[in-house]
Amino acid sequence: MAYPYVSDREVRVLSKYFGDPAQRRLDTYVERGGYQALKKAFEIGQDAVIDEVKTSGLRGRGGAGFPAGVKWSFMPKQPTKPHYLLCNADESEPGTFKDRELMRWDPHQLIEGILIASYAIRAKHAYIYCRGEFFEATQVLAKAVEDAYAKGYAGADIMGSGNDIDITVHVGAGAYICGEETGLMNSLEGRRGQPRVKPPFPAAVGAFGMPSTVNNVETLSAVPHIITHGGQWYRQWGTEKSPGTKLFCVSGHVNKPGNYELPLGFPLTELIEDVCGGMRDGKALKAVIPGGSSVPLLNAEECGRCNLDYEGVQAVGSMLGCASVIVMDEDTDIVKQVRRMVQFYAHESCGQCTPCREGTAWMTKVLLRIEEGRGTEEDLDTLLEMSRQMTGTTICVLSDSAAAPVVSSIQKFKDEYLALIRRGERVGVA
Amino acid sequence: MADTITLTIDGQEVSVPKGTTLLKAAEKVGKDVPHYCYHDGLSSPAMCRLCLVEVQGAPKPMPACVTQAMDGQVVSTESELALDMRRGVLEFYLVNHPLDCPICDMSGECHLQDYVHEEGRDHGRSREPKRVFGRDDFGGDVLFYGDRCVMCTRCVRFMNEVEQDQRLCVVERGNRSVIDTFFERGLEGTHWHDNIVDLCPVGALVSKDFLHKARAWDLDHTPSVCPSCSQGCNIELHTRDNLVQRLKPRENLEVNAFWMCDHGRLNYEWINHGERAEAPLVRDQGGVKAMGWKEALTLLVARLGDVEGTVKAVASPFASNEDLAALQALVESLGGGDIVYRMPRAEDEIVLKGFPTLARRRDLAPNGRGADLLGLRRVGGDDGTGGLEDVSAHAGVVIVLGDGLADQGADFASGAALRVHLGTRSGPAVATADFVLPITTFAEQEGTFTNHEGRVQRFWPALNAPGLARPAWLVLGALVAEGTGSETPRRADEAFARLVAAHDAFSGLSYDDIGTRGAVVNDTVPLSGD
Ligand SMILES: Cc1cc2nc3c(=O)[nH]c(=O)nc-3n(C[C@H](O)[C@H](O)[C@H](O)COP(=O)(O)O)c2cc1C
Ligand code: SF4
Ligand code: SF4
Ligand code: SF4
Repeated sequence: MAYPYVSDREVRVLSKYFGDPAQRRLDTYVERGGYQALKKAFEIGQDAVIDEVKTSGLRGRGGAGFPAGVKWSFMPKQPTKPHYLLCNADESEPGTFKDRELMRWDPHQLIEGILIASYAIRAKHAYIYCRGEFFEATQVLAKAVEDAYAKGYAGADIMGSGNDIDITVHVGAGAYICGEETGLMNSLEGRRGQPRVKPPFPAAVGAFGMPSTVNNVETLSAVPHIITHGGQWYRQWGTEKSPGTKLFCVSGHVNKPGNYELPLGFPLTELIEDVCGGMRDGKALKAVIPGGSSVPLLNAEECGRCNLDYEGVQAVGSMLGCASVIVMDEDTDIVKQVRRMVQFYAHESCGQCTPCREGTAWMTKVLLRIEEGRGTEEDLDTLLEMSRQMTGTTICVLSDSAAAPVVSSIQKFKDEYLALIRRGERVGVA
Repeated sequence: MADTITLTIDGQEVSVPKGTTLLKAAEKVGKDVPHYCYHDGLSSPAMCRLCLVEVQGAPKPMPACVTQAMDGQVVSTESELALDMRRGVLEFYLVNHPLDCPICDMSGECHLQDYVHEEGRDHGRSREPKRVFGRDDFGGDVLFYGDRCVMCTRCVRFMNEVEQDQRLCVVERGNRSVIDTFFERGLEGTHWHDNIVDLCPVGALVSKDFLHKARAWDLDHTPSVCPSCSQGCNIELHTRDNLVQRLKPRENLEVNAFWMCDHGRLNYEWINHGERAEAPLVRDQGGVKAMGWKEALTLLVARLGDVEGTVKAVASPFASNEDLAALQALVESLGGGDIVYRMPRAEDEIVLKGFPTLARRRDLAPNGRGADLLGLRRVGGDDGTGGLEDVSAHAGVVIVLGDGLADQGADFASGAALRVHLGTRSGPAVATADFVLPITTFAEQEGTFTNHEGRVQRFWPALNAPGLARPAWLVLGALVAEGTGSETPRRADEAFARLVAAHDAFSGLSYDDIGTRGAVVNDTVPLSGD
């Protein structure tokens, strides 16, 4: 199988069939053992499914890392209203490209996970909210859903079990903020895609005002394996608090960028050197963003002692996020990279909260000015103060995400900012 | 009580019902937490982030507008953290705000000015070029200055939630967000849209009618009652140079909440009408003579003593309860007689869907209910004309109060033995009266109206009366006093006390009880026509 790059350090559970188009076909999927987990789930019952997922310690792969089984257990056990499962397939975090691959290569794995999760939370309807730009992935997925319906794996009386679960593939219009779970619900309902104030939480008042659970594509794709093999089996990989395998999306200045499925807790240095074939052109490492553009960046020294699990990354001052590892070599212009990220957030801010709406755009302008050599040292203080006032002050954490790389880059790469400021002073543009 | 909780806000203990927000609890200890998006009459999106307060033990500052108070909570609205967050939010607002206060209608009553002066930084630090939206006509009475907008979405929510006619929305996102209409379909044709001008905390939404007309600090505010229909919305008259410049709703949850209709708001020019009757005019063989009150009333008392025949009177539903009761007392003292009034009526009610006890009522005058309670009889058509054939043909005394007789000719009541007209303006049918006595409008006197549901509500004088014009209750009271040898009422509350003594429906009420909120009469008779 020639999926762009593979490594023998990988543990390919979810990504086993990446690169194999046959896996998209329902008959192949079933031949290879597909939909047996669903059958088992129906046999052991809802509570046993939730317990098994709790045992596995599977944590949400959408960024926050909240234990999936625990989240499911928040849903009412005796439904008085319709429940909904929402599969978050809006993957738009810069540096992240794992959900798309899971949808493209193994759509039935995801569908099976969705059906099991829906069953566990007593939902009779699941929505898959797909990022608007995912044309191919959405087509593959929609075809797979159609096939599943045709063969009785979705819809009414699934596999003769008496369980009804409908699946709707919903295509977004291409907004990062619709990946935030409550923004997703608004968008799904046909409203403006903007996050809602919590509380109430989705398990109480979610999509269409009904109890809902939102899970990421990767989270749900892991579920069939956990049900088939048991929660303990999943714990053979990873750490005590971060069990299992995880897809790492590596981009940037390495020789072999790509998706790699590795046990959690994998050392970052080995990921770069071993799995990804080292730095491109033998350049030195300057910085890594370990979890997608929303998290603080790490300098080379911190990278050297960073293990890639939720706690390990936190220990060096950043977050695992959705494990999108962006590697930057010595030639990288940090200020420009940070500006580009902040500009993304300014573009994607839904605009409700004043600190985010105004702060992201203002930050972009200040960073641009610094880049052009028209910055001052006071600008750095202003940026830091702005960041403080943008962190923890808004409805969702997009605002925090914009501030994180600014703060960490000024802390860790102040010299680069100062160099730009000084150069500007020398040529007299400031 | 189990449903009461106690918490500490800025060091002060306060007990509030369970479910109270921190914002409301803080109000109870006298702390007004700054806010833009929150409004008592709208939903709470918690998006401006200005009302963040520090709650001990909470990992982040909390929005006071939606966070429910909890027992034993320790809250600070003025801690270093809370102040720092507010300073931040205020500075963020100024990044793109044009600060064109010198030409902004909101200046002087602008919440951005207020908050920044109070708690903001001395200087905003942004050196970047500002975003420019320019100006847009939203239709109706509303102009939109996009650059001043603080994106609180109050205007959008008012149209969606209260008027329930979706005409505005937020388009785009991030700092490109801007309030807009749906293509060319603006606010035209909606009936409550000027409330968004009141709701707008800054000068982003302004009234075309008021545009550049006066500065906020030059305006005097007088509590009053809207005279344009029988709902009786509580309002303020904003005046300058002895002219009403605009009307604004005054909060009263039992009548109009925070709102008033556009019809009432913009129907005030007549109050400022320049050509007023300014002196008593008395007709005798030598023609019409202007004279002082003493002289005119002495002559009138004499004539009333002389003439034979019964009295017929025409009153106006624009007159106060005191005026109408004084007219009735005069008619009684002259031996009694029929008093009629005419009411201009609209085809339909215009209900405010989100606050359905408020409507622009069909009766387009403030005191039809008062007239009914005092025993006056409604005549004429829905256009407020006609119905005066009996009066016009009357051979005895004809007294008109407040009705301008616009549909009548110079020969109105030409066969009457004596015609007395108390009014604000002249006209063909007025000019031929024997006595034309200048009276004040509701804006120039103190008094009460009774609204459609029997709520008696006070209004206060906002303008100086022109020339010798006096309140009708005073003029009529003097005539009664002269005729019966009683005291003339000196003040409006005395006139009201006489009304109360004479009419059961009003018994027990006094100006003090009525206050600024109104009080309901203890009898209800169906309002004619409704
Ligand atoms: C601004 C923003 C964007 C987000 N985008 C995504 C996304 O594209 N995909 C995703 O799965 N989660 C995204 N999340 C996280 C979701 O809100 C939510 O936590 C997640 O989908 C829950 O699934 P999980 O528990 O399986 O991780 C985003 C969060 C924020 C604040
Ligand atoms: S933080 Fe930004 S993106 Fe999130 S709700 Fe507020 S304005 Fe919208
Ligand atoms: S909205 Fe307020 S701060 Fe802005 S220009 Fe008008 S008065 Fe000044
Ligand atoms: S126009 Fe005024 S009311 Fe509307 S969102 Fe802007 S500031 Fe708020």
